[in-house]
Amino acid sequence: MPGTTATPDVELIHSDHGGTGGGSSGGNGQGGGGNEPSGRAAGVPQRTYVTGMTVGLGGILMFFMALVSAYIVRKGMPNSGWVPLPVFPRVLWLNTAILLASSVTLARSRKLFRAADEEGFRHWWGVTTILGLFFLVGQIIAWRQFAQAGVYMATNASSSFLYVFTVAHGLHLAGGVIALVSVLFRPTHRLTRSTATEVVSMYWHFMDGLWVFLFLLLILGR
Amino acid sequence: MSSHAHVVPHAPTGFVSKYIFSTDHKVIGIQYILLAMTAVFVGMILSLVMRFHLAWPNAHLPFIQGGIMTPEQYASLLTMHGTIMVFFVLTTAPQGGFGNYFLPIQIGAPDMAFPHLNMLSFWVTFLAFVAIIAAFFVPGGAPLSGWTGYAPLSGLGEVTGPGEGWGQTMWIVSIALFCLASLLGALNFIATTIDMRAPGMSLFRMPLTVWGWFVTAILGLLAFGVLLAGGVLLLLDRSAGTSFFIPAGTVVNDQLQPHSGGSPLLWQHLFWFFGHPEVYIAILPGMGVASHVLSTFSRKPVFGYRAMAGAICAIGFLGFMVWGHHMFVSGMSPYSGFAFSVLTMSIGVPSAIKTFNWLGTLWNGKIQFKSPMLFALGFVSLFVSGGLSGLFLAQPAIDNRLHATYYVVAHFHLVMGVAAIFGIFAATYFWFPKMFGRMMSEPLAKLHFWFTFIGAYLIFMPMHWLGIAGGIRRYADYTAVDFLKPLQNVHYFMTIAAFVTGAAQLFFLFNFFWSLKHGAKASKNPWNATTLEWSTDSPPPLDNFDGHYPSVYRGPYEFSRLDTVDDFTPQNIPPAEVKRNK
Amino acid sequence: MRSSKRDRGSAATAGLLSLLIVILVVVTVYVFVARLWVAPPAITSVGHEIDHQYDLTLYVTGTVFILSQMGLAYAIFRFRDRGQRATYTHGNNAMEVIWTSATIILFVGLGLLGYKAWAEMRFTEAAPNAIQVEVTENQFVFNFRYAGPDGKFGKLDPKLISASTGNPLGLDPNDPAGKDDIVVPTLTVPVNHEVELLIRSQDVIHNFYVRELRLQQDAVPGLMIPMHFTADTIGRYEIVCTQLCGLAHYRMRSFLDVVSESDYQNFLKQQEQPAAGQ
Repeated sequence: MPGTTATPDVELIHSDHGGTGGGSSGGNGQGGGGNEPSGRAAGVPQRTYVTGMTVGLGGILMFFMALVSAYIVRKGMPNSGWVPLPVFPRVLWLNTAILLASSVTLARSRKLFRAADEEGFRHWWGVTTILGLFFLVGQIIAWRQFAQAGVYMATNASSSFLYVFTVAHGLHLAGGVIALVSVLFRPTHRLTRSTATEVVSMYWHFMDGLWVFLFLLLILGR
Repeated sequence: MSSHAHVVPHAPTGFVSKYIFSTDHKVIGIQYILLAMTAVFVGMILSLVMRFHLAWPNAHLPFIQGGIMTPEQYASLLTMHGTIMVFFVLTTAPQGGFGNYFLPIQIGAPDMAFPHLNMLSFWVTFLAFVAIIAAFFVPGGAPLSGWTGYAPLSGLGEVTGPGEGWGQTMWIVSIALFCLASLLGALNFIATTIDMRAPGMSLFRMPLTVWGWFVTAILGLLAFGVLLAGGVLLLLDRSAGTSFFIPAGTVVNDQLQPHSGGSPLLWQHLFWFFGHPEVYIAILPGMGVASHVLSTFSRKPVFGYRAMAGAICAIGFLGFMVWGHHMFVSGMSPYSGFAFSVLTMSIGVPSAIKTFNWLGTLWNGKIQFKSPMLFALGFVSLFVSGGLSGLFLAQPAIDNRLHATYYVVAHFHLVMGVAAIFGIFAATYFWFPKMFGRMMSEPLAKLHFWFTFIGAYLIFMPMHWLGIAGGIRRYADYTAVDFLKPLQNVHYFMTIAAFVTGAAQLFFLFNFFWSLKHGAKASKNPWNATTLEWSTDSPPPLDNFDGHYPSVYRGPYEFSRLDTVDDFTPQNIPPAEVKRNK
Repeated sequence: MRSSKRDRGSAATAGLLSLLIVILVVVTVYVFVARLWVAPPAITSVGHEIDHQYDLTLYVTGTVFILSQMGLAYAIFRFRDRGQRATYTHGNNAMEVIWTSATIILFVGLGLLGYKAWAEMRFTEAAPNAIQVEVTENQFVFNFRYAGPDGKFGKLDPKLISASTGNPLGLDPNDPAGKDDIVVPTLTVPVNHEVELLIRSQDVIHNFYVRELRLQQDAVPGLMIPMHFTADTIGRYEIVCTQLCGLAHYRMRSFLDVVSESDYQNFLKQQEQPAAGQ
């Protein structure tokens, strides 16, 4: 049976010595070798918001990947009755271009923010927001064009997935637009402006990339 | 990082902001625990009604319309029992409850990384619970497609049975809300563990409880989004006329259903991709608690700490690659079935590592039989008993014999139900003094343990034998099939055991609420334990450490060191202040 | 060093808990050794193969069960607090390596051994001369269709399904191949002759389970799942549905009659008299 032999101190890694910071992140900085309890602000370190966003995007990615794998399985089934989308509105290409452009303007805005150019930052941040709104309006136009062509949610599996992908992505992007707006107008308490712009950009670029992926998937699966 | 002390956030004053919409992880943890206690009460009553019906199918029940339970009512009960227990008890209590309360304190943080998100997680979970309870009261009653909600039964609407209309929709809504809440919760747990650790709290100095919660959160993050996606598609099949899961030519009651080309197996893949990690979401925190408590009351460091942390990670990782073992006889390719089988057998390896290390922790220890320890020891015994039967079910050939029998019911109840509940009880008896500043009654707790430990085995061991003889699960009545009639005696036995065990839970309920008011005052560290939560007051102040945030100087389980006076060396005591032997 | 106060209840508690665990082991072993609850004997060679793998798994897990529970009981009693000092150790890497490799070999090896029975049952196709029977399940009945003398199944059309007018499968009356199809509520097969079942469902997921065949297979709408077996013992066996399929799931059952070759021919003759499907 296990553990019959005692081998004291095999793992001396547990021996007493001052801490070396919180593991991989290491940002807490304080060695804490002294006798006094090392002080630490009760607030949340700013990088935590970046961590949180990274983790959150992981969760969102799993949600979309589940839908994508459902798409691949459903399309590849024998007797799937898959009918390719009869129309593919050109406005979707335009929307894609708009969203890609918004990522560029956002990057520019962030650059100006870092250069402490408040006016330039607000300008390009605002342009990004408007491009985001254009994209959403463009998606609505695309849905109307699909509907006019008789392509509804229940028409065929291909159209079901079209709507599921675009609506799910659209809702996430609308959330991104709200976040963009709130960075411009909402004062920040716990989260500094710098972190807010970083976190929102991460989200926005991710949604942009996700759209390109879904768009390609829809084109290839047409 | 600049200021010392006096960074205590302003304490909320109003009742609502203090106890209802609180952002304090400790209050939220207790809210989760109370929600889980409500849910487990409902879930247990449902199971007792079911057990009563199985023993005496024709008995009159005063609280049921018509007096005698109908088969559809039985199917609704088993659906709701499973759903409530898995989601609102086994996921909510260990992770949302104890994880929320103790993860920040054990890593030396003032709160979760995102307190408002934390509050939102709880209230969305609460809403999900309201939605699932509401399913009882909608037209047609609760759904009857099981907690797995297999399509097309769950996707076709009322034609397939009462409760498949409104009830099933409520079920999907509830599960979707629960997924959202769990995703937010998981995000918070992960960010907190990564970024909020005290100076010196390296990954390999985290208590194994934190490892359990951390890996559980990762599983939740990756799994709940998938279930959410499945739920959305299922809802669309029901309400928008799509055909994700429903094939062409489906005919119910001579009526051709307007669907085409969907795949019922697709739902099973999406569900079990979530469903199997969910099993580990229920049990990993319990494993953490068991390791923690076994070490504390053996007065010995955890045997093979790194192997234990590694095993938790290995279980979490492998947990995502074995979902197909629920689908051996589903019509899935037999070749992938075999691959899933081998992967499943290999998940037994980290489980065995954990068991051996638990025994190693006890070996040459100085075991103190406090109530948390009894439940932790019970956990080990139950985990071994319940886990080993998994080696049968992991083999597709044998699954031909045992699939969908009571053997499966026995297996998962022991290993993820009762064992996880023992983990929760161990956690409750262990941390109650810290949470409420009072001790629970030890004699009552012991009484509770003996009844529950014996009762759990009396209920669930015979279930294995019932299953081996071919007893099918989820049958409303076992007198309709010839070969099941002779097994009726086993049902009597289990029903009586269930009622006695259920009644014994009153010891716990009474003890819990009585001790809140009348328990002996608890000191800071009543168990002479080593982790950070025992360095602060009982109950801890709003920011957990009253501005004196700890630094960590050593691993979490420094018991019975040869060079120290005390037989425990807390993580936060600087080396110079440790009392040494001369 | 401070030795904590000796817990006077320690021995009693330790003794009782150890005793309970020992009783658990003894009773469990007794139930298996005395064969108090067992499955009925298998009636196929694959069934025996499965039982063999089952027994092998039982020996392995039984040994692990006995050793670990007894080890736990021993540790609980032996190392109870008697005022001794616990040994300070963080573990033993050699032992970790040993028990990790041992369980890998034991568990994964066991899984690999299970290959044979599974492969024999599911990786092979039925022999060309196997008797084909189509199994159609719906809420809450089984229907079995034989192709009749022409050896061909008639076309089915879900639009024509009408259990109330005697066409539960939706047989197309215009298809000549369907004229001689036999549709019956129980399954009759000849002994020692391979049978291929084509399992399908009309509505929700059902299952086809016969304990004695050691065969369990879901019936999935939209799929036609082939299964094959050769029964070696004449007798009547119960077929049940094991997949929750709705309110009357618990009484969805039928029978498998394994009969002699001559009885099987008689069964076919009897059924062929009235033309099936109107």
